[in-house]
Amino acid sequence: MKSVYENEMKLEFMSKSNNEAFARISVAAFASQLDPTIEELADIKTAVSEAVTNCIIHGYEEKEGIIKIECRLLANTIIIEIADTGKGIENIELAKQPLYTSKPNLERSGMGFTIMESFMDEVQVESIVGLGTKVTMKKMIKKDEVSKEEITDVLNQMKQSSFPMNN
Amino acid sequence: MKIQYDPNEKVLLLQITEEIDHHTTEKIRREADDEIARFMPRKVIFDFSNVTFMDSAGIGMIIGRYKMAKMLGGSLEMVNVSPSIRKIFEMSGVVKICPIREAS
Repeated sequence: MKSVYENEMKLEFMSKSNNEAFARISVAAFASQLDPTIEELADIKTAVSEAVTNCIIHGYEEKEGIIKIECRLLANTIIIEIADTGKGIENIELAKQPLYTSKPNLERSGMGFTIMESFMDEVQVESIVGLGTKVTMKKMIKKDEVSKEEITDVLNQMKQSSFPMNN
Repeated sequence: MKIQYDPNEKVLLLQITEEIDHHTTEKIRREADDEIARFMPRKVIFDFSNVTFMDSAGIGMIIGRYKMAKMLGGSLEMVNVSPSIRKIFEMSGVVKICPIREAS
């Protein structure tokens, strides 16, 4: 059957902290098909890093487990699912609170979900205690708006400059 | 991490030379704490010019070093912070206690 999505990818890797960089770089490489700006790409990398770190520290509590990432592209939107089969979150609303952390002794800031929510357009968290957690994030790559801004910038620069065409 | 200490000004400059995430903060933390304890500087400056990525692990790392520097009578500042990293520090309010300065 033909997929409704324009492109899809799946990744599975062990819950080791040195895979945090692997995960965000892989997702960023996939997302680059949408021609994002450097800032949009940085936002995606940061959000992925937060979600994967949560799987490692909280889901599996630094023990061995498998983290799954699925990415889909639809029009100019990337949909990223990051899932673990770890301990799950008892109170999702509390976990999402800025500065809340269940592990303050690890110098964790409690800003993970806040960063995901502000860097991505949509963040959804599903969790069942004892079964695991899945975070689904969406980001629209605002290609058109950026190019409009760029065009306006160029036009303004042309107005201000002393090119002969202004005379 | 590159380390530079100015004994006259009692300023310790720590230049982070890797991406900052949960995986790398353990090592950065250990190295920075050793240097802060060794020099007991009046001011600790973290230089981010070679940091191409940072997630929220950097917030806890900086606050932890700030606490240590403060305990030993010093302060903490950050320089050469890229816009995407600045966004994370501003969002978390870290900049209120550890200001971002323009590099001199």
